[in-house]
Amino acid sequence: MSIHLILFLAFGAVCVAGAVNLLAQTHPISSALSLIAVMAALAGEYLLLGAEFVAAVQVIVYAGAIMVLFVFTIMLLNAGEEERAKGSRVATLFGIPGVLLGSILVAWVLLRHSGTEAVAAGGLPGDPKTIGQLLFHEFLLPFEITSVLILIAIMGAVVLASKPPTSPAGGPAGKVD
Amino acid sequence: MPIWVYILSSVVKSGLLLFVLLTAVAYTVWLERKVVGHMQNRWGPTRVGPFGLLQPAADGIKFLFKEDLTPPHVYKPLFLAAPLIAVVFALTSISVIPFGNSIMIGGYSIPLQVTDVNIGLLLILGVTSMGVYGVALAGWSSNNKYSLLGGLRASAQMVSYEISLGLSLVGVLIMSGSLSLREIVDSQGGHFWGFIPRWNIFHGQLIGFFCYLIAAYAETNRIPFDLPEAETELVAGYHTEYSAMKFAMFFMAEYANMITVACLATLMFFGGWLSPLNEGPWLQAHGAPDLIIAILPVFWFAAKVFVFLFIYIWVRGTLPRFRYDQLMSFGWKFLLPLSLMNLIATAIAVAW
Repeated sequence: MSIHLILFLAFGAVCVAGAVNLLAQTHPISSALSLIAVMAALAGEYLLLGAEFVAAVQVIVYAGAIMVLFVFTIMLLNAGEEERAKGSRVATLFGIPGVLLGSILVAWVLLRHSGTEAVAAGGLPGDPKTIGQLLFHEFLLPFEITSVLILIAIMGAVVLASKPPTSPAGGPAGKVD
Repeated sequence: MPIWVYILSSVVKSGLLLFVLLTAVAYTVWLERKVVGHMQNRWGPTRVGPFGLLQPAADGIKFLFKEDLTPPHVYKPLFLAAPLIAVVFALTSISVIPFGNSIMIGGYSIPLQVTDVNIGLLLILGVTSMGVYGVALAGWSSNNKYSLLGGLRASAQMVSYEISLGLSLVGVLIMSGSLSLREIVDSQGGHFWGFIPRWNIFHGQLIGFFCYLIAAYAETNRIPFDLPEAETELVAGYHTEYSAMKFAMFFMAEYANMITVACLATLMFFGGWLSPLNEGPWLQAHGAPDLIIAILPVFWFAAKVFVFLFIYIWVRGTLPRFRYDQLMSFGWKFLLPLSLMNLIATAIAVAW
């Protein structure tokens, strides 16, 4: 086994373990931390494929910034442990085999019909220069549209979060009597 | 280069770097106490060793032997993990910092850097952004209002200022055209009119540098932005409940982060290990020993980092603390637009 394969399996194991742990934990903070572990392990996988820029961005944006906001919100709401529901027997009987069957089906379809070869370790052209070329030449329009979409989302969030308009007199509107 | 040379040199470099970094952390604490002391008309530490030079050792022994309390109502796994997270990420980020050119040992060229990745800068930003968790989780898991407020403040502050920090560095990236810290330094070689070094700060990145400096102070939770541990409002903020070595870990993480930030400022804006004097050819012509020529870049690097650490301490001795709303409005309404404008101006200048 090459060192790449060993590392790939190791990161994959961390990733899957983190995802299972995310579901199994009862405390929201523990779940959020498992999600961070999943993100970081995914970054490791990207790095192994040679997509070093994507790996770095994955850590900076997802593990570093977005998950900080998740943790921040959980801390601010002071969300406690959730109560473990007993669950219906039907869900246990049919749910778990159903999920397994579904994932096997998806994996089989992807492997069989996608028509792509497995990417060799370090095989992706993932350096920042290539990514920049692709983003700003080949995929410029989708890139710009996505940017505008995100900008609209930001502005919507700011509008929703800003204070409600007050009447010109200074007091809250509708309090004149 | 055979694989064993590679492994051996990596291990030796990592060990040496860790030793130097931890010593530097200890003596930055000493320097801070000494300099702030003199600024406030005191002596600072004087009792342990000459000029108090053995004070860090005394502090370390004290930290080791103090009682390590764990308060009863904390969330234990995270309470124990938080200082580790803080210190591990603080020490990791130094691994991609280059301290000088390659040196030749036994016919092999060994770069003075633990690992040279071509996304070095992104790696540092990524690792520092993970460092937030140490502080935030410490505040939350302590089960204490003051700690929680400190943790919340820290995470909001660090996420906000990270944007300005990143944007202020992009100007330099545009000018050097690379994310590798070694290439960024190499792009700053030479002099204007033979005597002003072509460092980025003299090359149109003055505003970028000041944005970086301010954002870096906020990222490392230092005065005037040390609101997560503001003792007048929050007792000691996120590390109120920590004692002994766990507290020392937060302390170490803070100072290690200071050193990393100072190293990054040196690399990005002040030409890294490049000399301001252009004395290399002169020394070679006058037959200086090879060892001196090999060591000189490291000396310049260390000298520049020292200057930044001194400014850190100077600022701490001079400025009062911001109010929290001032901190946020300064970060979002002034620093972010300024660094964005600097970025646009740099891009236009380079394209033109």
